[in-house]
Amino acid sequence: MIIESQHKSAIELDNLSIHFGSDESLVKAVDQVSFNVPEQQSFGLVGESGSGKSTILRALAGLNQHNDGNMFVEGEALQSKRDKAFYKKVQMVFQDPYASLHPRHTIDKILAEPLAIHGFKDSERRIAQVMEQVALPSKFRFRYPHQLSGGQRQRVAIARALILEPKILLLDEPTSALDVSIQAEILNLLNRLREELSLTYLLVSHDLAVVSYMCEQVAVMQHGKLVELLQVNSKGETHAKHPYTIQLNLASKGYDRKVIEEFIDHE
Amino acid sequence: MKELKSWLLAENPDSRKQATLGRSYLGWLRFYHNPLAMIGFVIVVMLLLMALFAPLIAPEGITSGLTGDELKLNRFLPPSAEHWFGTDGQANDVFSRIVMGSRITLLIIGIVIFTAPVLGFVIGTVSGYFGGWVDAVLMRITDVFLAFPKLVLALALAAALGRGLESAIFAIAITSWPAYARLARAETLTVRNTDYLAAAKLQGANHWRLISGHIMPLCLSSLIVRVTLDMAGIILTAAGLGFLGLGAQPPTPEWGAMIAEGRDYILSYWWLATFPGLAIFIVALGFNFLGDGLRDVLDPKSGGQN
Repeated sequence: MIIESQHKSAIELDNLSIHFGSDESLVKAVDQVSFNVPEQQSFGLVGESGSGKSTILRALAGLNQHNDGNMFVEGEALQSKRDKAFYKKVQMVFQDPYASLHPRHTIDKILAEPLAIHGFKDSERRIAQVMEQVALPSKFRFRYPHQLSGGQRQRVAIARALILEPKILLLDEPTSALDVSIQAEILNLLNRLREELSLTYLLVSHDLAVVSYMCEQVAVMQHGKLVELLQVNSKGETHAKHPYTIQLNLASKGYDRKVIEEFIDHE
Repeated sequence: MKELKSWLLAENPDSRKQATLGRSYLGWLRFYHNPLAMIGFVIVVMLLLMALFAPLIAPEGITSGLTGDELKLNRFLPPSAEHWFGTDGQANDVFSRIVMGSRITLLIIGIVIFTAPVLGFVIGTVSGYFGGWVDAVLMRITDVFLAFPKLVLALALAAALGRGLESAIFAIAITSWPAYARLARAETLTVRNTDYLAAAKLQGANHWRLISGHIMPLCLSSLIVRVTLDMAGIILTAAGLGFLGLGAQPPTPEWGAMIAEGRDYILSYWWLATFPGLAIFIVALGFNFLGDGLRDVLDPKSGGQN
């Protein structure tokens, strides 16, 4: 266990393993992963599809059962059944804003529901405040999700995650379902919110460029294993040594015939 | 009127109520422009009005109360200005009996609507949501009920419970819920793993809130459509039970029972069976049209979300 003097850790994973199926069809989605996210930091988790990064996030949120190892949030070990206090502390933003908002609920209802569950009284004020925080005009309040654009929907999803005033946000590829021009907007919004609200982020992405823009630390995953832990310097550069990370880095720069020819198949 | 319209169609509603009303209005517009649906709607509304004002509309009572020579003179009269649909063997006015019978038809529909689909809906959503052994137990029970032919099971139940309208209604309700449970379960399975349910779970929503607030609204529209389309079948089953003598008993003017009474005279006095049959046909058709129209409006898969 790493003990840091200045930063308490917000999230700590200790030899976490998750597998699906049993016996012959056993799939090790996550294999003995340990890392530590200090408070108020942004921690990135990158890797290709199927590398287990989203599985870790869902396990943290309590949407998957974890099978082995321990998870701690603010020093407390997570039990398999989460309590209400946990949800007030940890919230999640999903990848696809077209799928993460209930199609029959207005924005107002989407935002009011968590307040009702946790028994907040001043819901009017909180809804107005959170909509302002994510820069959603108040005229959208009684619209349905299908009346909003992808970027606006993702703002609603972020607002819903923030309305309980959590300290930790789990971000599951929050921009990958959006247009390139909107992606930057949402990333900037997330950066601003982290500063304003002193949040801790655990960001999952397949795009090393996004992660190095957002995060101070990056964990690179491949086939369920953590292959490299990188620090991001102030210029947003990482000094990767592992061949897979280098390749991922190249891939994030776009399509290039030369790069593709040099690709090593890590299967 | 114009102000109301623009208020309803506002891009940016100011309140919860306005948003809900605006959405309903859009649904109504789509419904309104569907001619078949409107025909069905009009038929059903007319049935409702007829049942509501039945004593005012019907020129005579359910029974004529005539005896002796008067009965002999007035029975089996063909349709005329005085008796629009003629009279039957007891000199009762067939038109009056059909009008009064609409109340019984509505009673059957009303009771069945608020029992079978509700029961099936709850069982189906709970079963689909929890999965595992809850699902297995509930669905096996459903399978047992589905294994019997609907009409035969209803017949057996109605016979076991004794003749009468109540046992017919009960028999119909008991035999029709499994289909709704299956439908609700299938719909629930399509939404149970969606991100918005995961998000609601992450806000600490309990099982009941997830089922009633998130899953049920999504499954409700296809259930409503299904129920409306089944209404025709329910009316026919009730009429069938009445026809077989297991439903409403004479002199109750239940349409199926009326056809049964007229069956003996079908060749000599055609109007006895024909007019109740037409009534059943029109109402069943009306509910089918209405159901088709509602499907266009409510089914999210055919653009109901927009």
